[in-house]
Amino acid sequence: MIEIKNLHATVDGKEILKGIDLTIGPGEVHAIMGPNGSGKSTLSYVLAGRDGYEVTEGSVSFFGKDLLEMEPEERAAAGLFLAFQYPVEIPGVANTTFLKSALNAIRKKRGEPELDAMQFLKLVREKTKALSMTDEMLKRAVNVGFSGGEKKRNETLQMAVLQPKFAILDETDSGLDIDALKIVAEGVNALRSPERSMLVITHYQRLLDYIVPDHVHVLAFGKIQRSGGKELALELEKNGYAEFGVNEAA
Amino acid sequence: MATTTLTKAPRGYDPAAATPFLEQFDRVRDGLPGGGLSWLNDLRAQGRARFAELGLPTVKNESWRYTNLRALDKLAFQPAAGTGEAVRFDVLPTVRADGATGPRLVFVDGRFRAELSSTAGLPAGVELLNLADALTRKPDLVAEHLGRIAAPDDQTLVALNTAFLADGPVLHVPRGVTVEETIELVFVSVGSEAQPTAFHPRGLIVAEADSRAVIVEHHVGLGSCTTLSNGVTEVFVGAGASVHHYKVQREHTDSFHLSHTAAKVAGKGVYDNFILTIGAKLSRNEVNSVLDGEEGDTHVSGAYMVRGGQHVDTTTFIDHAKPCCTSREVYKGVIDDQARAVFQGKIIVRPNAQKTDGYQQNRALLLSDTAEIDAKPELEIYADDVKCSHGATVGELDDDQLFYLRARGIDKDTARGLLIGAFLSEALEEIAEESVRDAFQSYVANWQNAR
Repeated sequence: MIEIKNLHATVDGKEILKGIDLTIGPGEVHAIMGPNGSGKSTLSYVLAGRDGYEVTEGSVSFFGKDLLEMEPEERAAAGLFLAFQYPVEIPGVANTTFLKSALNAIRKKRGEPELDAMQFLKLVREKTKALSMTDEMLKRAVNVGFSGGEKKRNETLQMAVLQPKFAILDETDSGLDIDALKIVAEGVNALRSPERSMLVITHYQRLLDYIVPDHVHVLAFGKIQRSGGKELALELEKNGYAEFGVNEAA
Repeated sequence: MATTTLTKAPRGYDPAAATPFLEQFDRVRDGLPGGGLSWLNDLRAQGRARFAELGLPTVKNESWRYTNLRALDKLAFQPAAGTGEAVRFDVLPTVRADGATGPRLVFVDGRFRAELSSTAGLPAGVELLNLADALTRKPDLVAEHLGRIAAPDDQTLVALNTAFLADGPVLHVPRGVTVEETIELVFVSVGSEAQPTAFHPRGLIVAEADSRAVIVEHHVGLGSCTTLSNGVTEVFVGAGASVHHYKVQREHTDSFHLSHTAAKVAGKGVYDNFILTIGAKLSRNEVNSVLDGEEGDTHVSGAYMVRGGQHVDTTTFIDHAKPCCTSREVYKGVIDDQARAVFQGKIIVRPNAQKTDGYQQNRALLLSDTAEIDAKPELEIYADDVKCSHGATVGELDDDQLFYLRARGIDKDTARGLLIGAFLSEALEEIAEESVRDAFQSYVANWQNAR
């Protein structure tokens, strides 16, 4: 589904990713764990196509196509979704307007008919209910005045509405208390399917208690240092990142 | 002994620029309406004399530092020759629902078009007519108000308008009357292929105590002939009256649009002005609102969207002359390509105007590296118990917001459009009338689609 080969990327001329190799098959959930500054967020932005992240070497193939050649909106239409670590506030744009524009843009690019207001409302109501979100949150401007938990639920709602084939969850647990984390994790787990793959990026093992991965990778110094099963996460929780030469104050 | 007379022009004016306009005035003078009224002839003569003395303002003039009118004297505008009178219209702009009608006055190249106008839906006692007719039918009403707030002696373009004043809308709402229907004033610029054309519409709005009216001005252009509209409107807001005065200017980009609106608000009166500027090569909207009675309230706001080589100037003056009044100003604009915007907002709080509450905000969004805004807020406060704040920001589209939208599948142009619309919506929210707000929103959306 997605095949990352020898990916090198720089930000402001500084090399952050130094040769990432990662292949994720259909239905698989992979977790990338790593300390601060290891390149976790850079990897997610490079995959989503953000300006300012320059790929200097390597390739990313997404369903056989060159992902790095695509505009961010084309990647979204192709089925890639990034759940942001820091969801962006957009004053003046209602959450529903945003969701509807996004869904119909993607449907249009896929050659599917656009949903009218009634069809859209029906769909979005169903999804918000599952995430314990209110209609009022849909009417508000995108992420404006949302608590940390509400923002992450809003990200999950977008994922539920857009139904991506591959979702990157960038530090979805950051800023969440345990109750909020459970709601978000439930929402994410409900989206797990044999066709949908996920890449869960996190610093802490805690999230992986709720979203249980098939594979765990340790990212440090811009490279994947070690890969294993879910037990690797537990090991990291116990021993920290010290064995990878990372000196982190707990 | 030989004497040399040196005529020294006041600094910041170019009297020579007056000459072509004065020659035209002297040609058309005898044909202007109301020629039998001596007070009117005096007023026009005053306007002519003052304009002859000053001419057009130059960039050395503090109030015109950022807006250069030199293009005007190069173009030698002629008075409207009446070519617009033959033009037929299939559709005229409106904020009403499809097919709905209501009170409306239509002016083409400054001249009234009775067959397109209507007073249907107005309550008894309300007068809505054109100035040329009002001079015959309501001479006392006009004589009592015309030239009282917008006097020709201090503003040279008001003086020019006063010299030529011929036609325009007149509205009189008697005491205690509420006009439910929105009154629409439609100004169409047509001009002439033969030469650039100038007209000087003159409006008068008189809302007596405790009355209420909503007025929408549409300024549009037909064809692409060069025109100059130099309009002046005086608005009298009686005690406890409320006047909501909205304007949208969508002329084509070969036109020049100058406008001066002067309002005087009596105690507990409300004057609400909103101007949406989309068109014209060069436009300047001056809005003066004098809070002349206690507990008066004025909102002077607007939005503009310019691109190409357009120039838009907003110059406001809010005069807190009496205590316990509130004023609120919210201007937001989007500037693309090499377009340029000017915002000059002056608020004066007179020594006795205690408990004044004034708020001014001016924000611009630059869409290109060559777009420009010059902003000059000015607060002069002579009272001590006053709450006054102002803020100005200039920004660009937010990259984080743009990326967030694109990462959700929304293409770059649509994403930009959403963000521009969101930026302007804050200003459009200032429009209290929903039908007007919706119509203005759609003009904003159309501008974006025309990119």
